[in-house]
Amino acid sequence: MSPRRIETGNRIDRLKTIRFTFDGAAYTGHAGDTLASALLANGVTLFGRSFKYHRPRGLLSAGVEEPNALVTVLRGDVREPNIAATMVEIHDGLVAISQNRFPSLSWDINAVNQLGGKILSAGFYYKTFMGPVIGPFKGTRFWMFCEHFIRRAAGLGRAGSAADPARYERMNAFCDVLVVGSGPAGLMAAKAAADQGARVILAELDPRFGGSANWSDETIDGLPSADWARRAVKQLEGHDNVRLLPRTTVWGYYDNNTLAALERVSDHKENPGKGEPLHRYWAIRAGSVVLATGAFERPLVFPGNDRPGVMLAHAAERYANEFGVLPGDKVALFTNNDSAYRSALALKKAGAQIVAIADVRPELSGDVRKLAEETEAEILTGHAVIATEGGRALTGLKLQRFDMANGGLTGDARSIHADCLLMSGGWSPTIHLASQAGARAEWSPARQAFLPPQPTQKWIGAGAFTGSFSTAEAIAEGRAAGLAAAGGSSTPTALPSVEAAPGDPDPAPVFEIRAKGKSFVDFQHDVTAEDVRLAHREGFVSVEHLKRYTTLGMATDQGKSSNVPGLSIMAEALGKPIPEVGTTRFRPPFAPVSIGSLAAERFGDLKPERLTPMHDWHVDNGATMYSAGLWYRPMIYGLSGETIEQAYVREARATRETAGIVDVSTLGKIAIQGPDAAEFLDRVYTNMFSTLAVGKARYGLMLREDGFAFDDGTTWRLGEQDFLMTTTTANAGKVMQHLEYFLDVIWPELKVHVTSVTDQWAGAAIGGPKARQILAASVTGTAVDNVTLPFMGIVRGEISGVPVMICRLSFSGEMAFEVYCGAGYGTHVWETLVAAGKPFGLVTYGLEALGTMRIEKGHVTGAEIDGRTTARDLHLDWMLSKKKPFIGSAMMDREGLVSSDRLELVGLMALDNRPLNGGAHIVEELDEANPHGSIGHITACCYSPALGKHIALALVKGGKARHGTRAHVSDPLRNRFGPVEIVSNHFYDPDGSRMHG
Amino acid sequence: MLITCPYCGPRDVIEFTYQGDGNRERPEPASQNFEAWNAYVYDRLNPAGDHNEIWQHSGGCRSHLRVVRNTLTHEISSVAFARGDHGPRRKMEGKS
Repeated sequence: MSPRRIETGNRIDRLKTIRFTFDGAAYTGHAGDTLASALLANGVTLFGRSFKYHRPRGLLSAGVEEPNALVTVLRGDVREPNIAATMVEIHDGLVAISQNRFPSLSWDINAVNQLGGKILSAGFYYKTFMGPVIGPFKGTRFWMFCEHFIRRAAGLGRAGSAADPARYERMNAFCDVLVVGSGPAGLMAAKAAADQGARVILAELDPRFGGSANWSDETIDGLPSADWARRAVKQLEGHDNVRLLPRTTVWGYYDNNTLAALERVSDHKENPGKGEPLHRYWAIRAGSVVLATGAFERPLVFPGNDRPGVMLAHAAERYANEFGVLPGDKVALFTNNDSAYRSALALKKAGAQIVAIADVRPELSGDVRKLAEETEAEILTGHAVIATEGGRALTGLKLQRFDMANGGLTGDARSIHADCLLMSGGWSPTIHLASQAGARAEWSPARQAFLPPQPTQKWIGAGAFTGSFSTAEAIAEGRAAGLAAAGGSSTPTALPSVEAAPGDPDPAPVFEIRAKGKSFVDFQHDVTAEDVRLAHREGFVSVEHLKRYTTLGMATDQGKSSNVPGLSIMAEALGKPIPEVGTTRFRPPFAPVSIGSLAAERFGDLKPERLTPMHDWHVDNGATMYSAGLWYRPMIYGLSGETIEQAYVREARATRETAGIVDVSTLGKIAIQGPDAAEFLDRVYTNMFSTLAVGKARYGLMLREDGFAFDDGTTWRLGEQDFLMTTTTANAGKVMQHLEYFLDVIWPELKVHVTSVTDQWAGAAIGGPKARQILAASVTGTAVDNVTLPFMGIVRGEISGVPVMICRLSFSGEMAFEVYCGAGYGTHVWETLVAAGKPFGLVTYGLEALGTMRIEKGHVTGAEIDGRTTARDLHLDWMLSKKKPFIGSAMMDREGLVSSDRLELVGLMALDNRPLNGGAHIVEELDEANPHGSIGHITACCYSPALGKHIALALVKGGKARHGTRAHVSDPLRNRFGPVEIVSNHFYDPDGSRMHG
Repeated sequence: MLITCPYCGPRDVIEFTYQGDGNRERPEPASQNFEAWNAYVYDRLNPAGDHNEIWQHSGGCRSHLRVVRNTLTHEISSVAFARGDHGPRRKMEGKS
């Protein structure tokens, strides 16, 4: 049997022995043990080294607030650092290691930091590592140099770099009543709400429901409280409308009563069940919330209060009653309130000797004195602990007479032998979730604690959370809260009766004993009382500044135990009452949350892939696919041994010499239908569409409301009231929303309906001198000659039995046709055209060749319509109708949008015959050593097979006026400098004779 | 945040797209009042409190909604179709 295991302990199952390791040593525990209780039962007192001073630390608490006993849990190669040992349930094969120690926990080299304690005070690093004013380590560089070493010495566990193979899951849940916390208040609330028929979720962060009922020596309804809790949980399990969530920490309270919770589904298992996640993230939308989150006991601040063996009074009671572990044989108690006497008595009953009780108060009430006498301890009222002794475990403590009125210590110090010191500085309600929900906490001078304020969202508090620390109050408030949350009215039935030890809930307003030595306020960040006073002396008066300068409350425990003691010391230094000093607002998460659970299933690339109907054909026929937004499009159809440039040059040249075909299915397509469709288009486009004849298409330009260019494309008039708009691939969604907004919000009187039909049509553009012959060879039911199908004309026909719509328009500058058919027939029509083109030398071409031909023609795309250019900048002012207003017409003539030094679209030709780069700047005078004086930049570039030159499109200040002049590209990042000639953006066939045929 | 779409019921905010300040008043299309156009395109109230907003249920019925949302609490006090509603019915009082 383990050295500290005793007969009590209602949570552990003695029949089940669990084997685990800590720092490489093998230990055993029982089912139900936490890592903390199991190690404590094995006589382990040293759990970790402190953050800054590397002081030995043991268990302070038994729960989620634990600041000292942080460990790293290893699952294979995966490290999970900074887990409180009090929250780790042991299982066979558990491997845990201690943190922040070198070379080992019991012999730590950095413990010498304790000797420099005076120097390592608040702000030490900031002050010391400021660095010299001049030299190589000037200013912050010195800090950056030192930081690496400091971070190694001061810190917590190391994160691993191995990929986490565990599965995480996200759940959305809805309920009428969410009850947070399952102590007597939470159990009563859940039961009351469930009896009203409400859908209830009860969340408990521990593995077992019951909260304080699991360890208090009280009787409820004639049963030991733990048994009463067990019975209450059984009843709840019988309700179909109740969901019980153990091991679930509600960590965030957001707007609309949305709460976030983390369920640790299989942390406690050696092997998770099939399909079981490690953690589950719950997004819970609750009609109302019952906050029954209890309270945290506070430590007292006195020299040596961090020595292993010094722990919170109720934590020792929990270890004895719940886990069957006696934290010490000779136990002393130091308190400022009545509640700790029950803890001392519990330890006495569990077999410990209570050697002394020191109470800062000069007198005790009769009830409490009786409790004290039952412990058979020496009772020292008006006394305080001024020092503790021991190394890795407590061996004794020193006491002195204490005057509560002035904090003075008098008389001779007395030494007492003890291996465990219980301390209690009163209780702070766990108001974190209420604070997150938006309410400011209110100070209660009686309770010496911040109490939850009036709710700003739909929650009701119950039990210790509200400052009602007795179980009888918790039961009454819990039932009332559950009823109210479920919208029920009070029931006349009697409440369960409670037998509990007496005690006044109000502590004495004493948080610190000022004596020689380090007195810790924030155990996890090694912040002492002296650090708080130093911060005050250095001028930090706001509680928010205090927090940041000393880092008080900023560790992973978020100051759960240090918040109020720290504030009281600051208030005393400032000479102000605590409420005037104020408190910081709690933010989510209440307790650390695994990043994996936040991502849940949403990792990797979750964007949908959009594939054109001809996608498989492209892949099967040698296309290199390129991702353009969500779409995949052929970049080139490379022949073996070809470079990308060789491939696109070949494809573009063949298209201009014979014919080429390209998949244009990705273009945005919107059906615009209704009696007012033409009028709507007149308002949306800068140019006129109501004059467009049925069976014709027109190129259109849209502006934004602020007058800048938005999108361009062709729109086809298929019928009097029936248009097919095409948009650029990238803007399809934006244009759709733009149209919907204007129809729905601004012009609801227009009888127009817009429908996205992008995915319904497959499209192929076939262009080049032989394009018409190829089309004529494949189309039936219509002629495609110049009369039947003139430039911008539309005809309907069939290709290999499939109805098609053909529009003669050109992006490449050649005579070209866009052939549209139902998406399901895309590949069939494409294959027919490709086969028909074979005798004519038709090539398939990809995005690179498409881009090359558009640059040669000087057409604009998203690279030029970049949100900062106007129609005039792009030389599209010929499209701005003066006969009608349109979106953007009122704003496009603003002074700044018509000035002569705006960036305008031009063409560039490299005079050194070397490739140009997108994004490179254009300068008038070249200065490679000191590049400056940009007059514009390149938006698109290529090698032009038609011109035999490296060319580019660019936006250049006063562009048109510079045609025919020389400038330079200046691209220091890619070390590309050289002369260029500025020319018109229409490099190739400027009068369009090729496409008009 | 939940927005109760009049067609689809209460839905999570991720289904919606914010489509701008609902206080904007678009001048008549042919208006030459540049000040009015400038105010429409650029002037915003930015209130700390109730704010009149246009949201589109882009992941649902795609209708546009006029939503009054408290910018401090995200509380939504009213949702109505924006269709047929020429500009704001009432101008929100906002601290500027």
